[in-house]
Amino acid sequence: MTDWLQSVLETAGPQARRLLPLWRFMLVVSVLVFALVIGMLLWAVCRRRRAEPPSERGMTRTIIGATALTVLILFVFLVLDFTVGRALARPPRPGPVVSITGHQWWWEIEYDDSLPQRRVRTANEVHVPVGQPVVFRLRSADVIHSFWVPSLGGKMDQIPGRENRLWLQADTPGVYGGPCAEFCGHQHAKMALVVVAEPPEKFARWYEAQLAPAVAPTDSSAARGQRVFVEGRCATCHAVEGTPAGSNIGPVLTHLASRLTLGAGALPNTRGNLAAWILDPQTLKPGAKMPPNELSPADLHALLDYLGTLR
Amino acid sequence: MSSRFRERPGSALLLGALAALVATGCEREVRRFRESPPSAANVAAAAVAGRNPYEGNAWAVAEGRRFYDAYNCVGCHAHGGGGMGPALADSQWLYGSEPAQVAASIVDGRPNGMPPFRDRIPEPQVWQLVAYLRSLSGLASQYGVSARSDHMQYQRQALPAKRRRPTANR
Repeated sequence: MTDWLQSVLETAGPQARRLLPLWRFMLVVSVLVFALVIGMLLWAVCRRRRAEPPSERGMTRTIIGATALTVLILFVFLVLDFTVGRALARPPRPGPVVSITGHQWWWEIEYDDSLPQRRVRTANEVHVPVGQPVVFRLRSADVIHSFWVPSLGGKMDQIPGRENRLWLQADTPGVYGGPCAEFCGHQHAKMALVVVAEPPEKFARWYEAQLAPAVAPTDSSAARGQRVFVEGRCATCHAVEGTPAGSNIGPVLTHLASRLTLGAGALPNTRGNLAAWILDPQTLKPGAKMPPNELSPADLHALLDYLGTLR
Repeated sequence: MSSRFRERPGSALLLGALAALVATGCEREVRRFRESPPSAANVAAAAVAGRNPYEGNAWAVAEGRRFYDAYNCVGCHAHGGGGMGPALADSQWLYGSEPAQVAASIVDGRPNGMPPFRDRIPEPQVWQLVAYLRSLSGLASQYGVSARSDHMQYQRQALPAKRRRPTANR
């Protein structure tokens, strides 16, 4: 599988760094409380029965003490939670704004820009510049999904009919995994967002490349593949900018070959995997909304050649 | 509560038996992820048999409803009420209401504007669409029909009197 970092314990951004001590503190306190409760339970089970019943006053004192301790612990949690939450509520400075819409079972991505022709549309792989806060506008097209990139921070639910916002920042270049964090149906487990953090210059180059429409194929095989794509079934659901294929049902494929994975993190993006995915996605990701396709070997190879040119 | 059951063990038994009876009603709907490869032979076979494997299957009807929006059926037929194309939520069937006839309308198209979707929409999806379309007119089992807004709710009594027999113009 493609290497990516996906762990709350290995932080790569200010959000996750700020959350980690809170997480550790809550873990330690919860473990201590658990140990205390279980210890007292065992003590109560094992000890001998007393000769005379305990005094009413002693019991009252114990109960008041335990209640006060619980309230105190919860209050400390509340204060810490509030301060951390407040510190992370707003991005420190403006940065790119990216809309991410959850679908069963993939992510639709659009970068905001005041000029419509400057908006990059892509799927399943979001690139962010290192050291800049990125605001994510989170929506859902069908059921509740949840956006979570553990190494960068989060998480935030994506709820149909409303928009949630979350900002993240990556401080180290790298590839970070973002699994869907709210059970959303059959392929919830294979619905991963890939976050690629790269230096700002590299990000700008990537952005310009993604803005460009697909290049017209030059060799004959790829040209045939384009006809298979546009005149056949692929174009019923998928778009490739610069061709008549413009449907929005499935992920946009304008720069498919530049992505790391296929099927929203289900497979590494290789020619062999792509062929298998096109012919029979239901074996690789049962229940995925892409139907199996029947193609002649010549058509399939032409189509693979064409999709390979979509860099 | 428990003391009452202790007094009458018969009622507890009866309640348990009832619960078991209810549990037998929990049948899960079939969802087939892998369909046999789409081919002309399959379409022909289904057309001859006149059956729709998805009829009354709630999941298939919901998928058909999704495709109805996604493949832009709404563009001409609106949400069943019709527009540029004929209404689909009424009792009129210009080319017949049998599953195979509805599928043929989608796959081959019809005169005066209905384009053929052969090679565009995979065959299993065509049949899921058919299941949804027939449910719009109340021809499919009501148990599998997905929710609709109240004003579009199918009136069960109104239909049979007006329903046309499927015409044999194929």
